[in-house]
Amino acid sequence: MRRSRSSQVVASILVNAVYEMKNYPINLVNTVLSPLSFLVVIDFVSKGALIGQAIEGGLIMSMFQSGMSLQGDISHLKNDFKLQDMLVSSPASPATYVVGMAASEIIYNLPALAILVALGAIYIHPGLFQAFELLAALLLMFMTSITIGFMFSTLSSDIVQSFAWSRLLTTVFTAITPVYYPITYIPYPFRYLAYFSPTTYAAEIMQNVVGFLQLSESTVIVDWAILGGLTAVLLVVVSRNARWKEV
Amino acid sequence: MDQLITNGLSKKYGEKTEALQGVTFSAPSSGIFALIGRNGAGKTTLVRILATELAPTSGSASINGIDVVKEDKKLRERIAIVPQEARTISWMTPKQSTLTYLMWRGFEYSEAKKRAEESLARLKLDKVADTLNRKLSGGTKRKALAAMVLASEADIIFLDEPTTGLDPISRKDFWGILRELAKDRFIFLTTHYLEEAEQLADTLGILGGGRLVGVGTVPSIRGRIRHQYSVKLPANSPVPLVSQGEVTTGGNGEVQILTNEDEAFAISKKLSVAGTRFSIGPVSLDDIFFQLVGESTHAEQEPTTTSHEGGWSG
Repeated sequence: MRRSRSSQVVASILVNAVYEMKNYPINLVNTVLSPLSFLVVIDFVSKGALIGQAIEGGLIMSMFQSGMSLQGDISHLKNDFKLQDMLVSSPASPATYVVGMAASEIIYNLPALAILVALGAIYIHPGLFQAFELLAALLLMFMTSITIGFMFSTLSSDIVQSFAWSRLLTTVFTAITPVYYPITYIPYPFRYLAYFSPTTYAAEIMQNVVGFLQLSESTVIVDWAILGGLTAVLLVVVSRNARWKEV
Repeated sequence: MDQLITNGLSKKYGEKTEALQGVTFSAPSSGIFALIGRNGAGKTTLVRILATELAPTSGSASINGIDVVKEDKKLRERIAIVPQEARTISWMTPKQSTLTYLMWRGFEYSEAKKRAEESLARLKLDKVADTLNRKLSGGTKRKALAAMVLASEADIIFLDEPTTGLDPISRKDFWGILRELAKDRFIFLTTHYLEEAEQLADTLGILGGGRLVGVGTVPSIRGRIRHQYSVKLPANSPVPLVSQGEVTTGGNGEVQILTNEDEAFAISKKLSVAGTRFSIGPVSLDDIFFQLVGESTHAEQEPTTTSHEGGWSG
């Protein structure tokens, strides 16, 4: 029989986004509130001065959180429902499965993203080319987080451990690192530590695009190269090390 | 060609645990094959290897000429499994579960929806098709899992202890589903329940301590054991002299004499004369199981965590 790849992708979206949102809307509220709550706090504390950075931070957090949610969701389906075992012994492919699950996370985050994009249009109002650059940085950020999330999910055998990792990584990479505020606010030598996080490069690029940060051309090129390179390396690492069938 | 064949199939978890030790057998890949064995006997490991979920340490296996390791992708086009601890996804309904399972297998939405509805109706689940899985009883949840694989195009289905935890009525109800499934497919099931295997299996495999100790139809396995007949006496009954068989006493004090047909009838004659109550008949599958597996195999925890191979291609 001819098998539809698009059906396989849509199946993941239905299970992990549509049916879950329909039956457990409280998860949707949580997904919307997390990035917006930081935005509100930063806006209050900076008396509105950092609203633009905070909106960009919210977008980065939302995208990164998608990847981390993927980790928790795949682990949950694999360990608690044995879904991965059922799919391994079927014509479903791991590639379409993970693409579908990644798409489901974006769809799950659409309400939060829509609010943030609307706020961005009001407070940042980027031009078309700037919007394209912002989108490219966010997509690279998303792919990085998805690859990290998928690898962790396939290695995990316990859902409690999986959710703990998900929360820890989201906090470390989006709340502590200079995502909601400029990196220049961090004193030396701690500033160097921030460069261990991929979100720092995405935030620098995005803050520079709309003029919140003034970076040299070479720094911007290095930021793009590191973010793109890291995504590529992680894709290779995940494709080699993620578990599908056991040995 | 319609055969399930394993040749020296072994599986080691780490250095010490040998879950399967050179399992070799062949059986027709039609009807129902029931694999019985104690906890930790290696049943789940064998199922997972055959269902391409787990790679063997050594040996080979094929179903209908398709190698489970070398041609795993080809075999996956034809198989479906309900793992031992599978559960229906709590935030979905049986209809949504079946629909999305079929879509994962590559069916278009409209075809998947049609098949899902037919399958649920066939298992009399149409009334609960739109009820959330978490609100269903344990038996109905197991039926919903069966509906998923029944709706698929797979003609080789693995069910790992599908009736564990079900009450006797739900279990017997489930047997009907298995017979339904087996009409046009090959069902490979594992079970703890000997009665279930006896009722359902066209072919039976008995696994003990990672080794296959018997395979064949129930009558053929019965033919291979030493003692063909069983005489049972109530607790505290005087036990007659037994020269060719053996006498065992159960936990409830019931005495069982396992012996050949001639001695069994000779003993029964003596018991009749003495006015002792007794029952006589060919050995049951329980007796066969205990004779073949014996007390030498230890119930071990079958490992569930393993290392994995790399790569998405699986």
